[in-house]
Order: sequence, then structure tokens, then C-alpha cells
Amino acid sequence: MSNRELPLFEVFVRSKRGLDHRHVGSLHAEDHEQALEYARDVYLRRSEGVSIWVVKSEDVVASQEDDVETFYEPMEEKTYRHAMEYELPPEIKNM
Amino acid sequence: MSESNQEHLQATFDARVAAESRIEPRDWMPDDFRKSVLRQMSQHAHSEVIGMQPEGNWITRAPTLHRKTILMAKVQDEAGHGLYLYSAAETLGTSRDDMIAALHAGKAKYASIFNYPSLTWADIGAIGWLVDGAAIVNQVSLQRTSYGPYARAMVRICKEESFHQRQGYQIMMVLARGSEEQKAMAQDALNRWWWPSLMMFGPHDAESAHSAKSMQWKLKRESNDTLRQRFVDQTIPQAELIGLTVPDPDLKWNEERGAYDFGEIDWEEFMQVISGNGPCNKQRLDHHIAAKENGQWVRDAMAAYEEKRRARREAA
Ligand SMILES: [Fe+2]
Ligand SMILES: [Fe+2]
Repeated sequence: MSNRELPLFEVFVRSKRGLDHRHVGSLHAEDHEQALEYARDVYLRRSEGVSIWVVKSEDVVASQEDDVETFYEPMEEKTYRHAMEYELPPEIKNM
Repeated sequence: MSESNQEHLQATFDARVAAESRIEPRDWMPDDFRKSVLRQMSQHAHSEVIGMQPEGNWITRAPTLHRKTILMAKVQDEAGHGLYLYSAAETLGTSRDDMIAALHAGKAKYASIFNYPSLTWADIGAIGWLVDGAAIVNQVSLQRTSYGPYARAMVRICKEESFHQRQGYQIMMVLARGSEEQKAMAQDALNRWWWPSLMMFGPHDAESAHSAKSMQWKLKRESNDTLRQRFVDQTIPQAELIGLTVPDPDLKWNEERGAYDFGEIDWEEFMQVISGNGPCNKQRLDHHIAAKENGQWVRDAMAAYEEKRRARREAA
């Protein structure tokens, strides 16, 4: 009997045409094909989606909030990137 | 493929379009639909990227450090817009390299407006206000385009555009309320950018080569003339508010239509600029080619580094 754990896959589902695929969870499977089938059985039993992506979890490279301070810090400092920084006369609506 | 199978695929495609659904990358789609989306997206992507040049021209000469940081942020956004659009276009199986090669070979177009020079600081105001303003009208409409990745790229882009237009309008507002010279500079910029901005919406509906088919596919959601009218109607009050005058003697509010009547565009100029004879066509393309060539050593260095790492991993 083998004790080898099946590799982990991340599952992304497009709930409706026109929308982005969204991460819904993960599952263990032997390979990509099997992961797709399992994903269908696990996450799409009630027509929750029209398309599935499966990606090996080990292939996901992720950043963390406190990894690098300088990674996000500039965004808070650069308020001029936001439309509301530009005060316009009240007559100008919707710009 | 059997004939009935082909018919079935076409019917599925037609039904999706009719139902306001979206066509997604792996779906079957007619060849000319694929070609049309690709042409439109690549043209849009190139416009974002080439459009950085007239504005980039003023980064080192912005009047204050604050204005400089704003302009840099804006130009950086445009580079991002180009990337969103290239990657949306790549879902159709054509690589970004191929699209850029077509641009350099003169086979792919970009918005003709970027072939005009940015002569004064007021041009940066006029570009943000008018050129981004016109682009927004077009892009808001395209958020409902039938090709999914294109529609999603538009949603992302529209979120960032509001800042572009507002900073431009604010530059114009400050100049228009400034000295006589500053006001004249703002008016001059409006004079030069007004008509090219109206040309951004393309030929009249009746003369537009791709329009009818694109509308049928819901790739294009509203006609060139409808979008142009919307832009005029929203922009005239903005000009009046800061005391600037649009350079069009025929411009008049039409009570009956509830819209502005405006003069005829110089279509001869439009055709000239589109076919390569605008004031800056050559400069824009040469600069893009040079930027790519000058960056070659960076790509070479990265490839060499990656190769070394791979060899080291394999040896270990
Ligand atoms: Fe843009
Ligand atoms: Fe923009």
C-alpha cells in the first residue's frame, strides 16, 4: 500500500461567461486531468461554473502582506494616483 | 469538420452573442470574428503604448515636482493599459512579439491622434482632458464588448482613467485662470487637440469599413457617430466653465435634438495622418523601434542569467 500523498491543485472557476476565473479552493489529485474531474465533482455539483482551471499548488508563487514593506508602501504614499485627489468645480459631474 | 457540425458551432456562437453573453478564448468563433477582435485589441494596445510618447515628452519639463510625479504616474498607467490589452489579445494565440513586429512593419495601426506633437505644457492638460476623455467614452462602451478578455481589460482600464482626465482638466483649469499668456496657451492647446480628438472616434458610420460587422457581433456596442456626439455634449460645458472656446464656428446647441450640432471633420487630414503622413508618424515609430533595440542587451542579460542558473541547477 502506498502512503504517497497526491499532489495538491488549486481550483479556479469561471462562474459565468464574461467573468474572471476565481479561486474556489484546492484538492488532491493524481494529475491535471484527474484534478479537473475532481474539481467538477467537488466544486461544480450545482452548475456553479462554466469553466475550470486547475494549477499545481507548487506552481503558485505568492507574495505576503508583510513580506516586503516597500512592496505596497508606495501605493499609500502616492495619493495623486487617485481621481479624487483632483478637486474640480462642483459643476463638473462624472469625470 | 462536417457541414452540420460547422452550422452547429456557428449557431452556438450566434446565440451567445444574441444573448449578451461573452465569447471566451477557448470557444469556437468564426475566423473573421477572431481577426476583427485581434485587429481591434492590438490596435488599442499599440495606441496605449505609442500614446506614452507625446506625454513622456514633458516629464522632464513639468513645471513642478508635483506635476512631474503625476505625469509619470499617468504615463506608467498607460504602459499598464498596453500590457492588459496585449495579454487579452494573446488569448487568441497571437504573441505580443508578433503584434509588435506587425506594428514595426507598418501593418498594424494605432490611434492617429498620437501622431500630433505636444508643443507646450498646456498640451499635457489638453491630452488628459480631451484625448483620455474621448478614450473613456469609447472604453466605457467597450466594457460590454462580446469578447470576454477584452471586456474585462476595459473594466480594469476604465477604473484608472478617471484620474487621467481629471488631472488633465485641472491643468487646463489652472492655466485658464492664470495670466493672459497662460490662458492663451491653454486655448492654443485646445485649438490644436480638439479636431484630432473628434477624429479618434473614426469615420462616419456610413463610411466605416469594419463597423457594421463589428456591431453585429456586438464587438462594437455603439456607433462612431453616437460616441462622438456623447463626447462633444459632455465636453462643451467643461470648456465653457473654464472660459475656453472650442475651435468650431458651426458649434451650436440644438434644442430639438437636445445635443450640440458641430462642424465637419477634415477627413482629408484624418486619412493623411492614418496613412502615415501626420506630423510625427515617423518619429513615433522610430522611437518605439529604437526603444526595443536599446533594451535588447537587458533581455540578453536576463536570458544568459537564466541559462546559467539552469545549468547550475542541473549540475547540482
Ligand atoms: Fe489608457
Ligand atoms: Fe489614460
